[in-house]
Amino acid sequence: MSQMRFTKEHEWIKIDGNVATVGITQFAQGQLGDIVFVEVPAAGKVLKAGGEAAVVESVKAASEVYSPASGTVNEGNAKLPDAPETVNSDPQGAGWFFKMTLSDLKELDGLMDEAAYEKYCAELH
Amino acid sequence: MTRPVTASGNQGLQLEQALIFEQDTPGMTAVDLPAAPKITERLGALKNTQAIGLPGMSEPDVVRHYTRLSQKNYSIDSGFYPLGSCTMKHNPRLNEKMARLPGFADVHPFQPISTVQGALELIDTTAHWLKELTGMAAVAMSPAAGAHGELCGLMCIKAAHEANGQGHRKTVLVPESAHGTNPATAALCGYAVESIPANAEGRVDIDALKAHLRDDIAAVMITNPNTCGLFERDAILIAELIHAAGAYFYMDGANFNAIVGRLRLVDLGVDAMHINLHKTFSTPHGGGGPGAGPTVLSEKLAPFAPVPQVVKVGESYIAEEHAGFGAAKQSYGRMKGYHGQFGVFVRALSYMMAMGGDGLKQASGDAVLNANYIMARLSTEMTPAFEGPCMHECVFDDRFLKGTNITTLDIAKALIDEGVHPPTMYFPLVVHGALLMEPTETESKQTLDQFINSMLSLARKAKSGLADAEFKAAPQLAPRRRLDETKAARRPILRWTPPASSAAKQAAE
Repeated sequence: MSQMRFTKEHEWIKIDGNVATVGITQFAQGQLGDIVFVEVPAAGKVLKAGGEAAVVESVKAASEVYSPASGTVNEGNAKLPDAPETVNSDPQGAGWFFKMTLSDLKELDGLMDEAAYEKYCAELH
Repeated sequence: MTRPVTASGNQGLQLEQALIFEQDTPGMTAVDLPAAPKITERLGALKNTQAIGLPGMSEPDVVRHYTRLSQKNYSIDSGFYPLGSCTMKHNPRLNEKMARLPGFADVHPFQPISTVQGALELIDTTAHWLKELTGMAAVAMSPAAGAHGELCGLMCIKAAHEANGQGHRKTVLVPESAHGTNPATAALCGYAVESIPANAEGRVDIDALKAHLRDDIAAVMITNPNTCGLFERDAILIAELIHAAGAYFYMDGANFNAIVGRLRLVDLGVDAMHINLHKTFSTPHGGGGPGAGPTVLSEKLAPFAPVPQVVKVGESYIAEEHAGFGAAKQSYGRMKGYHGQFGVFVRALSYMMAMGGDGLKQASGDAVLNANYIMARLSTEMTPAFEGPCMHECVFDDRFLKGTNITTLDIAKALIDEGVHPPTMYFPLVVHGALLMEPTETESKQTLDQFINSMLSLARKAKSGLADAEFKAAPQLAPRRRLDETKAARRPILRWTPPASSAAKQAAE
């Protein structure tokens, strides 16, 4: 049974064993507005928890997507660069950024679950 | 409000203008040329088979084409332009008069040194003013723009670390309130970039800075005043912390116009800072002329400054062109052809000499006064992002629009109908729905009041909820309605291509 965790930087990570899928949240896409450019990491790239992993650019702003955990990229979502609008329409599904193999499952303990993340977003505004 | 549809597509004297390629009348020309002599084609398979795509036009049509295009360009010469962090201020015409003097306008960088002594003296005098105003030891005059100056500063820092056996320092710290070019510059120099959060007051979080300072930190880049329009009042403490960690303090000088004549960088402990002559020193901005980003350097960084360097030897000037020799013994090398944007130096020096030290001090004071006047008057209807007075620019967030259907973007577009260039929006990123306004010192109270009245009226209209349709349709009075920015970014068309029919016609010919 996979589960979703969230970061304060508004990334989600869906964990399935030691493999995980990462993207940005519904809240994040709403704040960014229409997304016009996405850069995803290549397979084999080694990521550090909290380190830069991908780039997302909207009509308002360009921002980094940080890796919620340490590990190695299995694949970036090859469909996103040509269809960045997927991140707006389905941020927590087809709009995923990359899949990775986690190197330290204990890092996930510091992340928020869905209820905690919803509370966190509500407090932001 | 509906406007009449005209047969020509023109709206009053706002004339529509096709692209120059679309106005081609084959064979039409403004000058009589003798017929080309018959030649034997020797290009073989490389022979040209298609029209080369140069439009044939008459002289009056060419003149009208470019004049109409220039009329579509909103500029500081046509109206108020409060674009935040860009310092869109008046370019005094005296500067232009000086730059057009034949002795300045007609010199060439390859002329023998003995024939350009006056030009070199002008570079040296401009450098002298910049050093006096900042208290810094040296200035590299060649950087061609602000971000190029940042690059110059960081390359000096890198060279200094390497010369001191500190080449292991691979990371640069950049606060969230810095200019966006800062992390880009650091990355271009091969440094990893770490971001330092801002505190609730919109300034650098000192505790976060302390936590990030380690023995692999090469430099800290801080914009001061920062992009929230706030002075980093802990700058001296920040400099002490940076230096204690063995790193250098780069200050982004894009906002120097708020402090010029009032403090010296050397007293803040700065090691390097670029100066945008097109901001602080009133030279043309953007397409109006090339930028220039002279970079002032501390005692510690001065030996690594790039070449060429103008040096006074006895009564005459020379240009040290080669790194590794003379004054440029430890120079990291050359970053640009020739000697910098000379025409811009002429304008900047004209401005500095016309203003004098006291005039420059008044200019920075007036810039801050104008921004605070706007902030104070707009605060009755809008929400400033931070408490307390600002520097040369003020930033509002979108709390005043809460509960309405109107966004920051709608306000910006509606301002176009009011005849004002919109301020910077959605930047700085640390402010939600930001509107960042920089009036500059060259605007009169009458202009500011007119702008303020427009803003207040829009804010009231937005809150009334009665004008949503008008806001969503804005701008309605501009030559073009609201553009589809999303589609333009996702599916950009970057090159004109002839319409299919004319392409087919050309191929047939």
